[in-house]
Amino acid sequence: MNKTQNNKAWLLVLPVFLLVAFSAIIPLMTVVNYSVQDIFDQNSAYFVGAEWYREVLLDPRLHDSLLRQFGFSGAVLLIEIPLGILVALMMPTRGVMASLSLILLAIPLLIPWNVVGTIWQIFGRADIGLFGWALNNLGVDYNYAANPTDAWFTVLLMDVWHWTSLVALLCYSGLRAIPEAFYQAARIDRASKWAIFRFIQLPRLKSVLIIGVLLRFMDSFMIYTEPFVLTGGGPGNSTTFLSQTLTQMAIGQFDLGPAAAFSLVYFLIVLLVSWLFFTTITHLDNRK
Amino acid sequence: MNWMAWTLTTGVFFSVIAVMLIAMTVWELRCPSTERRGFLPIETSRGDRLFIGLLSSAFIHLLFLGLTELSLWIALTISVVWLAVVLRWG
Repeated sequence: MNKTQNNKAWLLVLPVFLLVAFSAIIPLMTVVNYSVQDIFDQNSAYFVGAEWYREVLLDPRLHDSLLRQFGFSGAVLLIEIPLGILVALMMPTRGVMASLSLILLAIPLLIPWNVVGTIWQIFGRADIGLFGWALNNLGVDYNYAANPTDAWFTVLLMDVWHWTSLVALLCYSGLRAIPEAFYQAARIDRASKWAIFRFIQLPRLKSVLIIGVLLRFMDSFMIYTEPFVLTGGGPGNSTTFLSQTLTQMAIGQFDLGPAAAFSLVYFLIVLLVSWLFFTTITHLDNRK
Repeated sequence: MNWMAWTLTTGVFFSVIAVMLIAMTVWELRCPSTERRGFLPIETSRGDRLFIGLLSSAFIHLLFLGLTELSLWIALTISVVWLAVVLRWG
């Protein structure tokens, strides 16, 4: 080993460490403290042990929204990842059209969440929205405010519209990084389009796809604003996802203790799933 | 620190975690670990095993709370044993 020992570099990490401490670690610790107490105001807090955890773990409302959340994130990944790859494969590689399609793809990513919600809220309305009006005039009985299936369809469509570009852009950059020599070799072997995709493009896209899957999973698992603006969680509770249930609990009912306990369970689930994704994918590499 | 609403239990909890992290750092500096394969299906370093042990301990506690009426001390005992097993043979 001829590593240079220079521990001064640790000092350069200090600002980041402090920033993370104040933005993540200290708030997280406070949430843990809240989760074991019944807090009325600053001066009256009672220690209740694991009571809140037991309560939230047995709460059917939370079970339902957890199931919906997994359904939503699963559907988002199943649609957006293949669609993003497909879009990236079909994009022009050079010239004006390449820049144009890049700009077009980037536009949805620049729109704030609540604006996306509002756009789709109006777009889907049967009386004044183009999408809802057209569907109803084509004979499809579509009403996202009254029918749970339509609400789910609209929420999913909105997310696909908003975030497929991210996957497509990631894959596009991954595809551009493949050297031309690979394609030449494939042409010499007379490889089919599918074989090129399966044995050259897909393996080379793996690292960007890891990032894409992780980002989309975490983001969709924490989704709040868009469905909140679009459907308000309705009709009934059919599109109420985890973070909205949590907000109702913490801010609507002001049940800080149960909300804290629940958010820690939520955090542990996100941590577990992200870790599983990451480990599985990185260790698949090492095995070869 | 009043706004953080500390209690004795959570104070002890975070102190234990902090001590663990510091001890692992010192241990790692004294004799760096290499990745190896134990009974877990993947190659892990010492820090990986600590993380796996702690995360699964959290879920053991949640399972105890959600599915049984038993005391959490039992869950804690199981978790400590499990953590030791993962660190040694994982």
